[in-house]
Amino acid sequence: MKAPHSTRKALRRTAVVVATGLALSMSLAACSGSGTGSTASSTASAADITAALNEKSTITVWAWAPAVEKIAAAFEKEHPNVTVKVVNAGTGNDQYIKLQNAIKAGSGAPDIAQIEYYALPQFALSKSLADLSAYGFDSYASEYTDSTWGSVKLGDGIYALPQDSGPMAMFYNKAVFDKYGLTVPTTWDEYVATAKKLHEANPNAYITNDTGDAGFTTSMIWQAGGQPYTTTDSTKVSINLQDAGSKKFADTWNTLLSNDLLAATPSWSDEWYKGLGDGTIATLNIGAWMPGNLESGVKEAAGDWRVAPLPTYTAGDKASAENGGGGDAILEQSKNKLVAAGFLQYMNEGAGTQISIDAGGFPSTVADLNSDAFLNATSDYFGGQKINQVLVQSAKDVVPGWSYLPFQVYSNSIFKDTVGQAYAAKSDLNAGLTAWQKATADYGNQQGFTVTSK
Amino acid sequence: MTTLSTLTPSGQALSGPRKPHVQKRDWTGWKFIAPFMVVFTLVLIAPVLYSIYLSFFKEQLVGGNSFVGFANYGQALTDPQFWESMGRVTLFFVVQVPIMLGIALFAALAIDSARLHLSSFFRIAIFLPYAVPAVVATLMWGFMYGTKFGLVGNLNDFFHLAIPDPLGSSWVLASIGNIVTWEFIGYNMILFYAALRVIPTDLYEAASLDGAGAFRIIRSIKMPALRPAIVIGGIFSVIGSFQLFNEPSILQSLAPNTISTYFSPNMYAYNLSFAGQQYNYSATIAIIVGLFTAVIAYIVQNSGSRKEV
Repeated sequence: MKAPHSTRKALRRTAVVVATGLALSMSLAACSGSGTGSTASSTASAADITAALNEKSTITVWAWAPAVEKIAAAFEKEHPNVTVKVVNAGTGNDQYIKLQNAIKAGSGAPDIAQIEYYALPQFALSKSLADLSAYGFDSYASEYTDSTWGSVKLGDGIYALPQDSGPMAMFYNKAVFDKYGLTVPTTWDEYVATAKKLHEANPNAYITNDTGDAGFTTSMIWQAGGQPYTTTDSTKVSINLQDAGSKKFADTWNTLLSNDLLAATPSWSDEWYKGLGDGTIATLNIGAWMPGNLESGVKEAAGDWRVAPLPTYTAGDKASAENGGGGDAILEQSKNKLVAAGFLQYMNEGAGTQISIDAGGFPSTVADLNSDAFLNATSDYFGGQKINQVLVQSAKDVVPGWSYLPFQVYSNSIFKDTVGQAYAAKSDLNAGLTAWQKATADYGNQQGFTVTSK
Repeated sequence: MTTLSTLTPSGQALSGPRKPHVQKRDWTGWKFIAPFMVVFTLVLIAPVLYSIYLSFFKEQLVGGNSFVGFANYGQALTDPQFWESMGRVTLFFVVQVPIMLGIALFAALAIDSARLHLSSFFRIAIFLPYAVPAVVATLMWGFMYGTKFGLVGNLNDFFHLAIPDPLGSSWVLASIGNIVTWEFIGYNMILFYAALRVIPTDLYEAASLDGAGAFRIIRSIKMPALRPAIVIGGIFSVIGSFQLFNEPSILQSLAPNTISTYFSPNMYAYNLSFAGQQYNYSATIAIIVGLFTAVIAYIVQNSGSRKEV
């Protein structure tokens, strides 16, 4: 007797719940759909920026580089009307996730964000970043090293001002080299030979550690002259991780990998720091930002480490690549782009560069790199070596013509599924690179790019 | 069902034949549950519906958003990475859950047997790992698993053993199973122990008067009484297994090449949305895993309660 009534009630109840739920989800969807509302991006002059800096305003900066807080404080002193809020929203990928979410939501993104060079195309090509040419920043081209400027100039636009850079060098533990009578290798063939000699002399010691790292692999391919990624018209992408340069690197590294000459210690782990300290990891081929990390993280090896140019494939050659480093970009979402431009210029072109250097950053500005004070600085940690001379030379030797994918962040995230498997199995890295290429191309095509996989 | 049938007669008696207010709706009940319903709708129903809504679209970095119907579901059902991850957690469930529940059951029976000295100490000690946050527990085990400087490395050095790398690709699932077992034995043990404590003691007296030994009492009294608790533990374990995330996600930094981005369905969904911005496909995966988990949980519940009758 009661049954039909209660079913009707239940039905109505479900209908109400479903309707509210749908309404809710609709409104949420409406939020996410709006995307980037671009504001007027007509050209602004330096005078416009100066005028904007004199008015009361607040900008937010997402950055993890420790120098940014100090730069913001110095800037606020010069421009008392401007408040710069520096937020550490995570390092690297953690921050990109939040940034991507804020961009998708259409609000909540900062005015300025620190973005590494490899991730820049992803944000720039999705039109999430402001083209800085509008503020006349394209005229700064000659102030930065070619490689860093090349990384922020995408197509015809300038999407960030370079902050630090990471020209690669070979950091080596001289104490270990002396102990086993090794000479510093200048070619990769010599490097492999040194690796064998060291490992035979001490089975616990390895020439270097490598468990597969997308950033390292792409930098090494860069140094070998490979150009696996080309993007035309911002949506046509071609990938070839088996070009001459990629193969050159993979073949050399295969020798190290298959002969068990690489320590299977993940970088930045506790074991890694221990290995760098006790001499079981003898060299590191890494960006010029490494000295500060060695000084603070590997105190027990003070005085043992030295810096040498990255080995090359042909004797007498000069070739290097960038490893890490990044710039700062203005978000298209920002409602205060003039003030943001003013701060960005101060931070990465003006007085901020020196503050960044003092905090241990390796600059990308030519004037700072070539200053006597910088070149002749000696480091006790490196036994009094003038390490910047090696590192600055490396910045000059970076192989030109490199570019990253417009979806490099995702591609790097699946590196461990493909190339990482080759590392784990100690099998052919070329096969791993091919698998990586395929998975990356699949993703690109799914995302609406036209990907040609060679 | 049983609860409903007992209520019906009294309900009829109350409504009685006299009062004729048939159509007047009584909102009192709704008012009482309104606060709950609001929160429930906001935090549970709305996200689920939104996920379902999302799963019918596809948003691309190039080309924007478009309605694709069931295309995402079609893609997921033929996605080898998705099925590999489902296979992995199924294997995990089939092997790890019986071991964990078995040990928990043994511990609960042992503590309940009243033959154990310091039983309250054991109860706390076994339960304690559950109080350790999963993240901390995983980090702790991760360090112990280290073959160079960890406990495994020390054992290898000290006893000249060759324990295989617990974080190598052939052992990593077992290593994760070990962590999860360590974490959740205590929880399940308490669950079982609580069920054992409500058995009236006169049943035991009667049984021993009839000449039943300890094992006979376990088989004929304790195990039947434990069945609902075991079913509950089983359902929680189904959900836990299929939602495996914390442990592999944290161990990934220690063993990047053995734990892929699609190690478990949850990790796959996480990476799709947060690394790949494939929110729609990720929502699809989440819904399929949710349905799958519900079905398995239902089977577990059904098989458990059928034996009861």
